[in-house]
Order: sequence, then structure tokens, then C-alpha cells
Amino acid sequence: MVRLGDVTSTVRSKNAGPDCITFDIIFKDADVYERVKASGALTPERICQLYGIHPERLVHFTAFDPAQAFKFTIRRVRPSGSPGETDVMGSQMYAPLLDLELPATVLPQSTPAA
Amino acid sequence: MTSTALQADAAPATGLKTMKLLTPTGHLGFTPIEPDSFWRGVAHNPDAIVADSGSCDIGPHPLGADEAASPRTWQEHDLELILRASRRLGVPMIIGSASDTGTDRGVREFAAIIRELSRKYRLPRFRMASIYSSQDLEALKRRVQGGAWTQGLDGRPPLTIEDLEQTDNAVAVMGAEPILEALRRGADVIIAGRACDPAIFAAPLLEAGYGRAIAYFAGKLLECASFCAEPFAGKESILGTVDETGIVLEPMSGYQRCTPASVAGHAMYERASPLREFLPGGYVDMSECVYEAVDERRTRVRGPRWVAAARYTVKLEGAGKVGERALMIVGIRDPNTIALLDEAIAWSQRKVRERFGGEQYQVYYHVYGRNGVMGDLEPIKEIRSHEVCVVVEGVAPTRAEAMELTNLAGRNFMYARLPGLKGTAGAAAFMSDEVLPARAAYRWTLNHIIEVEDPLELFRMEFEEVG
Repeated sequence: MVRLGDVTSTVRSKNAGPDCITFDIIFKDADVYERVKASGALTPERICQLYGIHPERLVHFTAFDPAQAFKFTIRRVRPSGSPGETDVMGSQMYAPLLDLELPATVLPQSTPAA
Repeated sequence: MTSTALQADAAPATGLKTMKLLTPTGHLGFTPIEPDSFWRGVAHNPDAIVADSGSCDIGPHPLGADEAASPRTWQEHDLELILRASRRLGVPMIIGSASDTGTDRGVREFAAIIRELSRKYRLPRFRMASIYSSQDLEALKRRVQGGAWTQGLDGRPPLTIEDLEQTDNAVAVMGAEPILEALRRGADVIIAGRACDPAIFAAPLLEAGYGRAIAYFAGKLLECASFCAEPFAGKESILGTVDETGIVLEPMSGYQRCTPASVAGHAMYERASPLREFLPGGYVDMSECVYEAVDERRTRVRGPRWVAAARYTVKLEGAGKVGERALMIVGIRDPNTIALLDEAIAWSQRKVRERFGGEQYQVYYHVYGRNGVMGDLEPIKEIRSHEVCVVVEGVAPTRAEAMELTNLAGRNFMYARLPGLKGTAGAAAFMSDEVLPARAAYRWTLNHIIEVEDPLELFRMEFEEVG
């Protein structure tokens, strides 16, 4: 298995307006990005499972080739900065993605799987 | 649409002047601009110096309470650099979303700083435009009652009178049109209220004759300054050069590069979708954009398309007060209490409910060491730490009640009656036995769009000669 954190250059989260948090997963290597895309390892279902959310809260999920990236957006339960807020800018919500496991086959064959 | 509306959206740009836009920061005043890369950028003789100064990322409090989120000295620092450089070059200075909120307070404060700087440096006379975007809530109510078309964003229902009644301050978020109008009327310095980030960059490009697609897209790429370059850095200047073939991005710091990957990576930043940038009157379709390296440090992007919307709409942002607020910090080290933490919280909640009933009294328990950062989105459910911190947040109608409520909720961790408790002198540790008064609690009440006939009608503009 490969950790998502090992094959990405950027994994981040940030507010997209007051009601949503958007996540960017940018891969280091175009080849690995294509393999992940083809593998079906990164899907809306998997994201909902990881964050424990109903699929209705995942309002966008897309691969974005120009940046060799995946991007998805989650709707907040209440607007950013309301009483009870834990992360007003939504900037630490990406952390669980780092440990997401991908099949070793996403690595080029010449590179031994870690 | 009035005469100020734009005519030439789709017209292919031919024979247009190459435009260079310099931007030193993605949020003027938030932390100071790095001067070295800024002055290097000024040496490229840009056609305008443009910077955004606002964000709704900072939460609803600054707008609701109408307060700056940035220290005035940093705002002065950044405005001084841009004013002196733009006056030296004789090119427009355009600042959007003045003083974090873009309220009339922010515009007036920035305009006052500009006047002071002009006196301090004895700058030759120039023309300043102040564009105001604060909204009269009664006037908005009349629009809603009059049947104005509105839509809630991100799943919110359309705008209601109740939403407006819960709002303390509201701003409309301008497109490029009011700023373009100020440029056409000869403004050298423009202090704009709340503005779409790309709009402040689009205005000088539209004035030069470019279409909305490239104008707004250039703004989209430039609005966070050095965030579009690598390695990651804020507050370094970026130069955007726009011509008929697209936009070329170049970092002004010596250690950064704008690569196709860094620019494309930024194109999707802070937006729900990486393919569409929504603006008043339509959106920029970025799905066909091509990112190509010019050389090691520069990247060219081409191919944005403008898709006009059926209605011209303007976004409204509003925030309203929920109540007064206080905090208390509680530490827990006893493994038994940690194991029974939910029972301890339930005890605290029960004691609070005995004295404070009603939904105007709210208590939140932020458990650092469990899910203090991510709340319900935290996938790790069990506590793996030998100690936890509970930050108790209480909200009530008055400051005195908020302090009492929070004190009651916090102190009751001391007295939680838990099975197996051995430390009968107290089940919790206080860093200090005190309740911390906090800023009032606010909430985003408006995140809507409203249809207007004229792109300028929600904004007011004043011109003055300075110096």
C-alpha cells in the first residue's frame, strides 16, 4: 500500500465561501496521478466514508488534469465562524487524507513500492 | 443595462495594448508586503498596481461588528508602498475590499490613510475614487418585499426578511463595472468596498479593451499574488502580463517560479469548482485553459471563456450578532475521567441546563486531544492522548450571563460525579481559575445573490482631488 501523503506535493483544505470547505490533492508525478485516476481508489464514496458524511454534503468531486489534482468540496454543517467553530478557515481539515491508502499499483513499476 | 454596462464581451481582442499588472499581496494589511520583490516589480513599469484587502475567511465577526481584522500600521505600510510606487509611475492604484470587510468604514479609513500619506510625502495632486458597498438593510428589505429575484448560495434558500432582520451589517460584492467606471472618470487611486477579487484586476483590462473572459481570468490568477508560484510564499509580488495570446505570470521574488503546475494548482484554490469562476453577470469557464511554460520562471495561460448568465446578479454578504461570548480552559489528566469524558460533559451540560434554559444560551465543548480541530469530521473517534484540553465556549445574550454560563460549565468538570473517580479533590485542572471574555459571537446571515438592473445600483461613488 501507498499513503496518499507520500505521492502528493500538496494536500490542503480551505474555505470556499462561508458555507463550504474545499480540498485540493495535487500529485507530484503526472504518471502517478493518471494511475490513481484509473485505479478508482479516490472516489466520492471513499471521501464520504473517510469523513463520515452523507453524500449530500459532498457538493463537488472532480479530477483536474491541468494541476494533476483531485478536488472536492464539503458543505459545512453551520457557516464558518459561528459559535462552536473549530477551524474558521477550514485549513486543517485535510489531515486525514494524508493517511488514505492507495494500492501499490499506482506507483510506476520501475519504482519499488514502499 | 445602462451605458456603463460592458459592450464587447466576446469580441476578439485585436491591436490591444499589452497590459502589465503588479500585485504584491493577496490580502493587503493582513501581514506586511515584502518590499524587495515589490520594488523589483515596480521596475517593470506596470500599467496598474492592484491589491485585494478583504476576505470572508476571517469569519463573520469583522463584518458583523464592522471592525478591521488587520492592524492599522500594517495597512498603512502596504498602502504606502503601493501609493508611492503608483504615483511615481503615474499609473492607477486599485484596492478592493478595503480593510478586511469592504464596509463603508473600511473605505473611509483607507481613504483617510491615503490623504495622510499624500500630505506626508507631498505627493503631486491626484484623483481618488471611493466606492462604497455597505447596504441599507431597510432598502434590501424593500427589494425583497418588492419581489426581487434572489438565490441562496451553497444550498441556502432564497433571501428572506428574517435573514435581513438577523443581520447587523451587509455588503454587496461588486463586479468590475463600478471600478471601470471610476477609471473612466479619471481616478488615479481607487479605494473600493467589497469587491470580487478578480474584479479589481479585470477593470483596468476591460478599460484597455480586453473581453471579460481574459480580464476576469487574469484577476482570478493574480488575486492571491505569490500563492500562484512555488515554493509556497505569501506577500511576494507577482507580475501578470496580458496580451492577445493570454496571460503570462512571473514572480518578482528571486526564489520563486510560476510553473504550469503551480499556476494551475492556484487556479482551483479557494473555489468549490476548479472549472468555473462565478462573477456578476456570468462565469469564466476554465475547462479549456492551457497552461504552458514560457521559461523556467514564467507560465502562460490561455483559453478562458466567458459564459453570460441569464440575470445580472450581485452577491450579498451579511453577518449578525448571536450573543456575547466567553471561554474557559479545562485540562484533564486522570485516565478515568478521560475514559468517561462524555459523562463528564453530560454532567456539565446538566448543571448548565438547571440554571440557563432556552436556545439563547449555548455551550460548546471543544475537546483538544479528541476532535477539537475537526469536530464531527474527525475520523479518529477514540482518544489516544494521556491528557486532553476542553475549551468551554459559552454564548448568552449579555456579557455577564456569558461569563456566568461559561464559568458554570467549566467549573462543573471539577465536580463531575463519575464512577470510579479516585481524585475526589477535583476531576479537572484549571490552567487558571478564570473565565476569559471573548469577542461577541456572530454568524453569516447572508450568502446570497440578488438580481439588479444596473451593475452600479448597489454601489455609491465619490471622487476627490488629493494633494
